Amino acid sequence: MNRKLPIIVVTFVVVVFAFGAWLNLRVAEPPENTPVGGMVVNVNIGGPFDLIDHTGARMKDESLRGKYALIYFGYTFCPDVCPTELGEIAVALDELGEAGEQVTPVMITIDPERDTPEVLAEYVPLFHDRLVGLTGTDAEIKDVAEKYRVFYRRFEDPSFTFYLMDHTSFVYLIDPKGAVASMFRYGTLPEDMADAIRQHMRARADS
Amino acid sequence: MISRFVCVFLSLLFLSSPVWAHEEKSEHLTISHPWSRATAPSQKVGAVFMTIKTNGNRSDRLIGAQSPDAETVQIHNHTMDNGVMRMRRVDAVTIPADGEAVLAPGGFHIMLIGLKAPLFEETVIPLTLVFEKAGKVEIEAVVEAAGARQATGATKPMMDGKPDGQHGGHNR
Repeated sequence: MNRKLPIIVVTFVVVVFAFGAWLNLRVAEPPENTPVGGMVVNVNIGGPFDLIDHTGARMKDESLRGKYALIYFGYTFCPDVCPTELGEIAVALDELGEAGEQVTPVMITIDPERDTPEVLAEYVPLFHDRLVGLTGTDAEIKDVAEKYRVFYRRFEDPSFTFYLMDHTSFVYLIDPKGAVASMFRYGTLPEDMADAIRQHMRARADS
Repeated sequence: MISRFVCVFLSLLFLSSPVWAHEEKSEHLTISHPWSRATAPSQKVGAVFMTIKTNGNRSDRLIGAQSPDAETVQIHNHTMDNGVMRMRRVDAVTIPADGEAVLAPGGFHIMLIGLKAPLFEETVIPLTLVFEKAGKVEIEAVVEAAGARQATGATKPMMDGKPDGQHGGHNR
């Protein structure tokens, strides 16, 4: 009996782990014929934030509720990737026409040191008249970036008199309840982004 | 006297219309649609994109650039690793013989560092490109909207969703 006990314990542990793994895999697997576009996201991405907008006012995630939002994490010193993504968000909103008014475009800076509300105020209108720029303290930005699984790091080149940022470049679609509904990779065409948003809106209206 | 008037008229025409800046041909290279994006006053950097074609079976390398509008001009490339965008300086962009190198958003670009003034839409940026074989080539890049995806005069999209510079050019 004593000899068998370890075997039983090991078997039990293996079965429990296997069951857990199966559950995990099952959850992570996207459902077939998924009715919505964009990337399927893990439920535990996103969360509340309390930041400062480009007018200098404090803004919480709650104020985005009731409408969709497209959130991008970038920085104004970025000469290439960030303008590309923000430009695509703007085109996607235009593409949506009237429905586009139900989507708030947001850029959260990952470079709060340089991106003050004043700097953001000059930058955001270049892309869209409703684009909201958000900044905060280092700790506030770190917190929101962690919640959205955004990686960012300062990169200093000795040939520069300033630094650049390495960062993940995804666009997050937030639904009217504040949950991350979808993620779009860098390079997603604005038409595809608009299509996916339309599908989300339709799926929501149907349910 | 008449020829002088013609000269002045032609230079005014060239200066006033950025459309004229859209293609620069030298004996061995054709540079199409050099363009950039408008910047906010606080932005001290800009990027210039273009397509460089070799005319014939001689490859070349873009090894540098200068502009009176920026303190420093460098050649940069973007790489994407696990969704993380990294922008790094490169020594050169190779233009293959009978081929082209595409400098486009998300890939190779010419970085204007320390802009002396914001870049305004519909203006032009004078640039001198330095090639290993062809030497110096003067071009003018047209400034498009801040969120432009390609030059308005370009016939085909330059952005094709490949952010890793798989456009024919490659750095050393």
